[in-house]
Amino acid sequence: MREVAVIGIGCTTFGEKWNSSFRDLFIEAGARALEDAGLAGEKIDALFIGNMSAGRFVEQEHIGALIADYAGLATTTHIPATRVEAACASGGLAFRQGVTAVASGMSEIVVAAGVEKMTDVASGTTVATLAGAADREWEAFIGATFPGLYAMIANDYMHRYPLTREQLAMVAVKNHYNGARNPIAQFQQEINIETVINSSLVADPLRLYDCSPITDGAAAAILTTMERAREFTDTPVKVLASAQASDSIALHDRRDISTLDATVVAAKRAFRQAGLEHSDVDMLEVHDCFTIAEICAIEDLGFCRKGEAGKLTEEGVTSLQGDLPVNTSGGLKACGHPVGATGIKQIVEVVQQLRGEAGRRQVDAKVGLAHNVGGTGATVTVHILGV
Amino acid sequence: MSVARFWRKIPQRYNLIGTKCDNCGRYFFPPRTFCPVCRRNGRILEHQFKGTGKVVTYTVIRAASEQFEHFTPYVLAIIQLDEGPRLTAQVACPPDKAEIGMRVKKVFRRIGTDGSSGVIHYGTKFVPE
Ligand SMILES: [Zn+2]
Repeated sequence: MREVAVIGIGCTTFGEKWNSSFRDLFIEAGARALEDAGLAGEKIDALFIGNMSAGRFVEQEHIGALIADYAGLATTTHIPATRVEAACASGGLAFRQGVTAVASGMSEIVVAAGVEKMTDVASGTTVATLAGAADREWEAFIGATFPGLYAMIANDYMHRYPLTREQLAMVAVKNHYNGARNPIAQFQQEINIETVINSSLVADPLRLYDCSPITDGAAAAILTTMERAREFTDTPVKVLASAQASDSIALHDRRDISTLDATVVAAKRAFRQAGLEHSDVDMLEVHDCFTIAEICAIEDLGFCRKGEAGKLTEEGVTSLQGDLPVNTSGGLKACGHPVGATGIKQIVEVVQQLRGEAGRRQVDAKVGLAHNVGGTGATVTVHILGV
Repeated sequence: MSVARFWRKIPQRYNLIGTKCDNCGRYFFPPRTFCPVCRRNGRILEHQFKGTGKVVTYTVIRAASEQFEHFTPYVLAIIQLDEGPRLTAQVACPPDKAEIGMRVKKVFRRIGTDGSSGVIHYGTKFVPE
């Protein structure tokens, strides 16, 4: 296998982007990534696009060809373009497809991107569509919502481990603090614990400020071999590991309700591939679709024992100034969660941090990890990048 | 949900009929037609669950999708049946009465509607035992 590097990144701003269509979003992110790599589109020899549900959100399927067309690469170079889907992990999966294509020698330069346009439908449709990330037949049809499933994880967790309501709120407070320092974030204002615990209940114990928002956005990364990377950039970021794992689609079939075994396994695979220890990792972008998800992620990735992440959060270990900054971008919570784009945005954030281009949220980092979850943990990708 | 898609699973949804692997003795609800442990050596038979169990975890849904918004707030739980398997179900009890470990039994109830004048779906809910 060949060593792979990220040579360009691009991202739209995240938010309710009434003026941008699905295709506008993708083209904006892709163009920025190409510009960042100083590369002409004709040099790209494959496109991988993460997208959860354009079919339901904008009534458009056949996303690969659509994007190749609007990128000007369908009628000219007739580029192979592939959409990949794993609900909220679609972006992480697209990145992994790109890594695999370059590592194997099948492709030389690829774009791995993610896009989601979520605000063109009414909120009831959004809730129903997102519930499709879980088991439609035996969870959603029974009345489960996506926040409801994570709420059941939270209740199980809080029944078994010493996590307080305030510690859970501190995850959101921290991520809003980081988001306030990220120019692409959907929410750029800081909040306090009271904001979270006084917000309306969505699914007990989760409140509105425990939940990531509905977001439009796109992100793109350009990959080539480590050997060729310096033709395009002075600051290539090496892909040290790319891992993926699966678990049962329904939460009720998990071995343990509040442990995401797919995260545990994907992390073990990633650390083995990279030949690194946890202490070698300087920052994390984890999948905080809900506050409880960040708590579980830190533990299941192996950075502390089960039941300890709430205390770490309270002690500031995971803050920008802490020993292990988590979700420097603001995470899904504050940066926003355009589901198919999230996994790529995490890569964009890690690359910016490793290159020292993260501005007011810059941390000291040589190695970063990105953790992307589909559904309630049925698909997980873990990527480790380094300079 | 289309009528056919619901109708297809009526025995399971109305009566908690699942499956059992005769090779390893594992029970499956929601039903599986392939034993994930025995794989090709599995022997899947139909099984009628007793319909009693306990709440493993739960939540109170306050913001629901269109199909369920008339029912909010409602208790949603993961229930472990006494035979072993776990399923997701609504528990028909006041939200402040739900608790982890609570014993429950099945009842036949209205589950949801497709729109305000749509098809009414019935199925299994649970009540405190
Ligand atoms: Zn079996």
